Amino acid sequence: MVNFGKIHAYRRENGRIGVRNHVVILPVDDISNAACEAVAAHIQGTLAIPHAYGRLQFGPDLDLHFRTMIGTGANPNVAACIVIGIEPEWTQKIVDGIAKTGKPVEGFWIEQHGDIATVAAASRKAKEFVHWASELPREECEFTELWVSTKCGESDTTTGLGSCPTVGNFYDKLIPKGIYGVFGETSEITGAEHICEARAENPQAAKKFMATFQAYQDEVIEPNKVDDLSDSQPTKGNIEGGLSTIEEKALGNLEKIGRTCRYIDVLEPAEAPTKGAGLYFMDTSSAAAESITLMAAAGYVVHTFPTGQGNVVGNPIVPVVKISANPRTLRTMPEHIDVDVTGILKRQMTIDEAGDELTKMITRTANGRATAAETLGHREFVLTKLYRSA
Amino acid sequence: MAIPQLLVHNRRDNVGVVVIEGLESGTDMLCVVTEDNSDFRLTSTDTIPIGHKVALKNLIEGDTVIKYGVDIGRVVAPASKGGHVHTHNLKTKRW
Repeated sequence: MVNFGKIHAYRRENGRIGVRNHVVILPVDDISNAACEAVAAHIQGTLAIPHAYGRLQFGPDLDLHFRTMIGTGANPNVAACIVIGIEPEWTQKIVDGIAKTGKPVEGFWIEQHGDIATVAAASRKAKEFVHWASELPREECEFTELWVSTKCGESDTTTGLGSCPTVGNFYDKLIPKGIYGVFGETSEITGAEHICEARAENPQAAKKFMATFQAYQDEVIEPNKVDDLSDSQPTKGNIEGGLSTIEEKALGNLEKIGRTCRYIDVLEPAEAPTKGAGLYFMDTSSAAAESITLMAAAGYVVHTFPTGQGNVVGNPIVPVVKISANPRTLRTMPEHIDVDVTGILKRQMTIDEAGDELTKMITRTANGRATAAETLGHREFVLTKLYRSA
Repeated sequence: MAIPQLLVHNRRDNVGVVVIEGLESGTDMLCVVTEDNSDFRLTSTDTIPIGHKVALKNLIEGDTVIKYGVDIGRVVAPASKGGHVHTHNLKTKRW
C-alpha cells in the first residue's frame, strides 16, 4: 500500500489541521458583497466569498444560513476571517460562532458607516491578518488527521467503472486509519437507497438515512415533480455520457463509499460531525457547488471529485481534487483533471492502484500543490436554501 | 491483456458499457466482466458512443435491465443483442 504517513499542514488554535491558509472576507448577506470584494481588491492575500442570500430568512432556513457562514469561517483552511454585514446583530452572531475556534476574526457593519468607511476599517484589520497569517509555518502532521469529503459530478458510466471506485478504494483504506469522510447527494441515491441503508454502521444511522431520504421524496420531489425527473436526474450531461436512469446513476454514485467502510451517522446540511473519526452521510443537494459548500462548512478540508463528462467545479476555501476515467474527457479537457485513471477502463490499472494514486495526489494537495480547479480560478460558493425568504 | 471495447460490471448484467471512442457497428468486441476479469466476445450491431450501453442479449418491452447486478429500469422499446441501450428504450421505474 502507498505510504500515507506525514503531510505538512497548518495546525489551528482548536487542534484541527488545515491545508490552505486563507484570510477570508465573509459577507453576512448579499448586500455586503460589494464591501467584501472592495476589501479583497485592496488587500492582497485576502479572499472575498460573495453569495446571494442572508436577508429575511427564518426558521430552519436561517439556521442553515448561519451554520454555513460560521462553518465556512471556522474551516481549518481559513487562518483568519473578516465578517461584514449590513447591521451589527447577525454580523456579531457569525463572528462569535467563528471565534469559538480561537482563530482571529473581526466583524464590521455598514449601517451608520457606509461602504467607504466600512471598507477602510475592514481593510486595516484584513492587512493585519494577512501579515500574521503569512508567517504561519506548515508543520508536520499525520495524513490520518485529514477530513476528506466526496461528491461526484457530470457523471457518466465511466464514473461508476473507474473514478468513483477510486474514491471508494481510498475510503476503504483510510477510514479505518482514522480520517473523517463524508458523502451526500440525497436525491441521487434514488434507486440505490436500499444499498445505502445497508451500509450504515448501526440501525440508528440506517433509520436516520431512510428518514432523510424519504423526507426529500415526500417534501420536495412529490409536490414538485413533472412527469418524472428525467430532465434533471440524470442531467443532460449524464445522458450524453450514457447514463439512462436515476437508478443507474445512483449505483455508480455509491461506488464512492467503497466496499467495506460504513457510515456512522447522518448529518444535517453543513452540520459538523460529532461522533468521531469515520464516514458520514450528509443530507445535501446533488448539485456540485451546493454540496461542496455544505461539506466545507462542516469542516472538511480536502474534497475528492470524480467526474466523467468533466464538471469543472471548485470551492473558494477547499481544494477540489478531480478524478476521471473517461479518455474523451482527458483528451478534450485535461486541464481540469488532477488524477487520470483512464487505465482502469483499459484494464491497465487496478482499482487498488488507482486508490493509491489518489492518496498520493491528496498528499501533494494537502502539502500545497494547487489543484486544477484552484489554478483555473474556480471558487464556486453556493448556499443551499430550504424555502423562500419572508 | 488486450484493451477491451466493452466492460460489464457483474455476471448477472444484461448490458455492458462501451469504453473506447469511435466504436463502429459490426465490431467484434472484447468484453471483460470487471468483478472476476472473465471475458467473452460480442458483435456490435450499432455505432455506439463511448460510455453508452450495449445489450448482451435480446431485450423486449417490459424486461428489466440489470447493471451492477441490480435493477436499473425497464425496457420500453426492443433492443437487439449487440445494440444500443439508452433513453430511447430504457426508462426509470421511479418518479
